[in-house]
Amino acid sequence: MSDDLGLTTVLLAVIGGAIRVSTPFLFVSLGETITERSGRINLGLEGTLVFGAMSAYATAVMTGSPWAGVAVAGLAGGAFGGLHGFICRFPRVNDVAIGIALMLFGSGLAFFLGKPFIQPSAPPLPAIPFGFWSDLPQVQAALRVNVLFLAGAALALFLWWAFRNTKAGLIVRVVGDSAEAARAMGYDVDRVRLLATATGGVLAGIGGAYLSLYYPGSWNEGISSGQGLMAVALVIFARWNPLACFGAALLFGGAGALGPALQSVGISQGYYLFYAAPYVLTLALLIATSSPDRALTGAPGELSLK
Amino acid sequence: MAADTTAPGLPLAESDPDRPPASLQIRAWLARRTESVAIPLGAVAAGFLIFSLFLVALGKSPLAFLDLVWRGGFGSPFALQNSLQRAAPLLFAALCVALPARLGLVVIGGEGAIVLGGVAAAAAAQPLQGLSPLLAVPLMALAAAAAGAAWIGAVGALRAYRGVNETIASLLMSYIALALSNHLIEGWLRDPASLNKPSTAPIGEAFMVGALPGLDVHWGLGIGVLACLAAYALTERTTIGFAARIAGGNLRAAQIQGLPVGRLVVSFTALGGACAALAGFFEVAAVHGNANASLNAGFGYTGILVAFLARHNPLAILPVAFLLGGIEASSGLIQRRMQLPDATVLVLEGLLFLVVLVSETLYGRFKPFSPHLWAEKRGAVS
Repeated sequence: MSDDLGLTTVLLAVIGGAIRVSTPFLFVSLGETITERSGRINLGLEGTLVFGAMSAYATAVMTGSPWAGVAVAGLAGGAFGGLHGFICRFPRVNDVAIGIALMLFGSGLAFFLGKPFIQPSAPPLPAIPFGFWSDLPQVQAALRVNVLFLAGAALALFLWWAFRNTKAGLIVRVVGDSAEAARAMGYDVDRVRLLATATGGVLAGIGGAYLSLYYPGSWNEGISSGQGLMAVALVIFARWNPLACFGAALLFGGAGALGPALQSVGISQGYYLFYAAPYVLTLALLIATSSPDRALTGAPGELSLK
Repeated sequence: MAADTTAPGLPLAESDPDRPPASLQIRAWLARRTESVAIPLGAVAAGFLIFSLFLVALGKSPLAFLDLVWRGGFGSPFALQNSLQRAAPLLFAALCVALPARLGLVVIGGEGAIVLGGVAAAAAAQPLQGLSPLLAVPLMALAAAAAGAAWIGAVGALRAYRGVNETIASLLMSYIALALSNHLIEGWLRDPASLNKPSTAPIGEAFMVGALPGLDVHWGLGIGVLACLAAYALTERTTIGFAARIAGGNLRAAQIQGLPVGRLVVSFTALGGACAALAGFFEVAAVHGNANASLNAGFGYTGILVAFLARHNPLAILPVAFLLGGIEASSGLIQRRMQLPDATVLVLEGLLFLVVLVSETLYGRFKPFSPHLWAEKRGAVS
């Protein structure tokens, strides 16, 4: 593996991987951005992602339609988010702890209901071959872009615009920055947060559908292994800005693709260490962007994230 | 992050002329103690009830389920020993959550510290071969504890000196620990003789930790119980524990008082990490005999549930770990007899977790338990 071809292959695989791996990060982080902008943090999106992956796969196996799977995953995610939003309205209930409980409950329920679906294979989501102009199979593979990736990119742009320019966006931001001000203006803070958390859950569920129906494209119990949680950390790094979420998701996708890319050219030494790259990157970015004595710039005022 | 939610304390001023009579104070104390037992018990009952509905919806019998939990976890001496054996790592894993929680921190990365502790113990056993077990086994435990303390202590240091969210950081560190451990087990530390299941070299029969006298349960249970008692003494009976509780309740007040908040955070997280790593040490030195992928068995995640169910009280961890150890011990029986998947226990645990957290909102709402509600008729109590 000492020649240039190896390096090119790895580079192409990382670029292709960034596009392929980033989609779940993108959807979960956009969903979490909506939730956190309303002043709550939902760590349970990890569980929602796993449950979304399972429900999408099971639906696609049973109906033969991957899009039905995406729809069911979104609905299931919305239910989990709605549950979080509903429970957290009670006084003295901690949103971080509820998120951890939902993380365990969502994965547990997904493992329970998903047992019969580990064997059968589901129809995958369609992809668009943007690499048709090239003869190199690596380039073609790298530029096969899934429809959901494009939808996520468009959604990031839309949310970025909507937070500034629509009434709904402004209401979510007011509720997230000062519950008292929102109440004084006559908005029902709990209801806004319930809707924001449920919307976040819908997006996380769709992210899960991408995992099981496109890449890696199967259902098993280790399918997410913390991607939902990394996406939550990514939101902090992206400063609650949907467009920055898109860039950060690509970066994380590239880091996640590093291990498999190296393995594909035969470098299996230290495979597990490369596998840890996204976690190390997330932690490094968290450390770099946190500050001991001042609040995070751009953070919603009501967020209990210290 | 999670503020202490116990009811407000009694006024302390000795010379208070409006001080209520001693009998009322004792009743108030008793009422609060009863509340902190009754509400979690009620929540667990509610959790089982919701889970029963889930089983009925699947066409399974909740009574058969409860019967199997009883028989598999508690009903016979064999079942009891099995439960205690499973409770041992949960005690340590729960302390990894409960100790930092005194400072208001939510640390959920115990799983990684357990695995890393097991690998550190197995690695330390190799250069110690030939030494007396009386010397070598404590050194192995020390190596494990040091690895765990460094790992989770680093999360605490990042929190204290860099403001990094400890919940997310601890789980990331846990995934990194798992990757690092896999790398070591399949690389440098791999025993060439372990073909199908990559493992470290065996620590050797001489270094194996035996069973408690008269029981078929390893020493991890005994040390785990001692660790919980020590943690209780530390948090409830020492000035350090008191300082930690102040810092957990009101960070700014603690800083104004001149308490060394940063050092407290690092110490408590490191102590928690050392505890979790001891669970890994006992899994290696008392159960498996080497470090392998079985270390990653989810004790760290169940430990989170144990700590929250016990409301981060180290003494309450003892019965809760026993209960959950029993539920997990009956998992195999439930799978075979009821044709339910192994994740059944995970669903039940997730439900219990949710219900217990929701029950936090009930504290101070029931009149018999809440002295501040009696005060409307009698003199002010609190």
